[in-house]
Amino acid sequence: MARYTVLGAEAIRKKGWWPAHKWLILRRLSQIGILLLFMLGPWAGIWIIKGNLSSSLLFDVVPMTDPFVFLQMLATGFSGIAAEAVTGVLIILAFYLLLGGRVFCSWVCPVNLVTDASFWLRRKLDIRTGANFLRNTKYWMLGMVLLVSAISGVMAYELVNPVSILHRGIIFGMGFGWFLIAAIFLFDVFVAKRGWCTNLCPMGAFYGLLGKVSPIRVRADARSKCNDCAECFVVCPEPQIIPAILKGEEKGIPPVILSGECTNCGRCIDICGEDVFHFGLRFDRSKAALSSGEMNAALKQKL
Amino acid sequence: MSDSASKKPASKGRRRFLIDSARTACGVGLLGLGIGIYSKSASSMAPMAIRPPGALDEADFLASCTRCGLCVRDCPYNILKLADVGDDVPTGTPYFMARTDPCEMCEDIPCIPVCPTGALDHALTDINESRMGLAVVVDQETCIAFLGLRCEVCFNVCPIRGDAITLDYRHNERSGKHALFIPIVHSEACTGCGLCEKACILDEAAIKVFPMHLAKGELGKHYRLGWEKKDAAGGSLVTPDQEHRYNLPEGMSYDHTGEGLIFDQANAPAMTTPDAAMEETPFSSNPLDTLKKGIQEAD
Repeated sequence: MARYTVLGAEAIRKKGWWPAHKWLILRRLSQIGILLLFMLGPWAGIWIIKGNLSSSLLFDVVPMTDPFVFLQMLATGFSGIAAEAVTGVLIILAFYLLLGGRVFCSWVCPVNLVTDASFWLRRKLDIRTGANFLRNTKYWMLGMVLLVSAISGVMAYELVNPVSILHRGIIFGMGFGWFLIAAIFLFDVFVAKRGWCTNLCPMGAFYGLLGKVSPIRVRADARSKCNDCAECFVVCPEPQIIPAILKGEEKGIPPVILSGECTNCGRCIDICGEDVFHFGLRFDRSKAALSSGEMNAALKQKL
Repeated sequence: MSDSASKKPASKGRRRFLIDSARTACGVGLLGLGIGIYSKSASSMAPMAIRPPGALDEADFLASCTRCGLCVRDCPYNILKLADVGDDVPTGTPYFMARTDPCEMCEDIPCIPVCPTGALDHALTDINESRMGLAVVVDQETCIAFLGLRCEVCFNVCPIRGDAITLDYRHNERSGKHALFIPIVHSEACTGCGLCEKACILDEAAIKVFPMHLAKGELGKHYRLGWEKKDAAGGSLVTPDQEHRYNLPEGMSYDHTGEGLIFDQANAPAMTTPDAAMEETPFSSNPLDTLKKGIQEAD
């Protein structure tokens, strides 16, 4: 089959509207729901969760601290860290290690709502030009953030981090900060495709490294059904990770996306009319296709 | 020749890799430089913004505060704010403005235990020990106590009045017959809560809370305050204390409260009375006689 004509039309026709939008809708519910949980306190006085994504307190008991912020704190050389922060970091680390590091990016981070809107507008306006970044630019950014923390001795990046600024701003109020968010929106529309989240955000880079080992992955077990419509490639925020897995049957590449850069957003699952993709574990023990030796080799290679 | 030809594509790829890496490194480096410079300028906080109780010194605070706002949430008086982007307080960090919303000095200090990282020091459990800043009577020209009017509002609202703020009674030289009730802040007790600044009746407060580093001087480390050392040692450390003696003629002593010169008659048999001693001098008790004497000699 040739390339798609209307993005998503095929999936809706073959599977129906809900299966073609399931993960997208669930993801939006998660993003907005998490914001609402944080807002419930200041708005309605119901304090289920207090604070913001940098640090929070669930039911006034469970501490949570963002490991990326924590890493910056370690980089500054600050030594008097209280126990709550350490407990909080371990809780969050465990959560994302299990569900996938960049689940933060696609299911939690409020900036994703902004940049997804940018991506939508960019497609509507049919803008195809833009700056090209080296694939690993966000890891350079991560290194830079930690270096600046170490040199300045303060969490310098938190002065400008759009993720924490937006989330904090929504909950605690923000004025000038909206310009920064608008700048990211416009940057993603006019300057670079998926410019911020895919290419630059050091927070995404950090969670990507975390996600290299998480067990929950997008699998392409039915990859032989792929009809080359390339719709998954278009909607994926990290499209470079798809082809090798989708087309790697002859090369013996296992049908599972092991890259930490995958955000587990599930959009490829929605958009595929042939139901090639699904969520699964790193390796499916029910599959007899790979011997345990081969699986270990594949795993070693990826780790 | 064939060797170099076969190497060419590889070196081209390497060249491209190096150039791309350099490009990225330069771009990211520039951004990092910008953030670093911004953080330097943002670290110099507005003097009127005061950190919550227990805040570590500013450098450590900016290294450890995650800007989560849990302290803001647990402040029962809602005095704390998180700085917005572009404010002259580092983005996202908590502060309060004493003139509008001073710290009410809760006994249980609820803002501190919720701080997840210890940017607000968990070891601080007595609010009277906190040092958010220091109140300073900055303007003695407009403070109405210095003008001779009764006010003492700052003294009266101070939660630890008598220790943190005392009143000094001074003579009013303008009227000649009244007292001035001068407020004096003592840094060993003032927590910097800012209640005095809020209460100041002036249009612009004459007493203001400043961060400690702006409000306090610091004596050179080589200074030794002799009187303190002496008190601590229980006596002079340099030369032994000696009773002060006046260099007076034999038989005379001086005592201020005994009203001046004392003639010890027992030790000075030659001098029978003070009057007799006076008679011994070559000068008359009347100054005119001395003047006339000079004129007579000239004649």
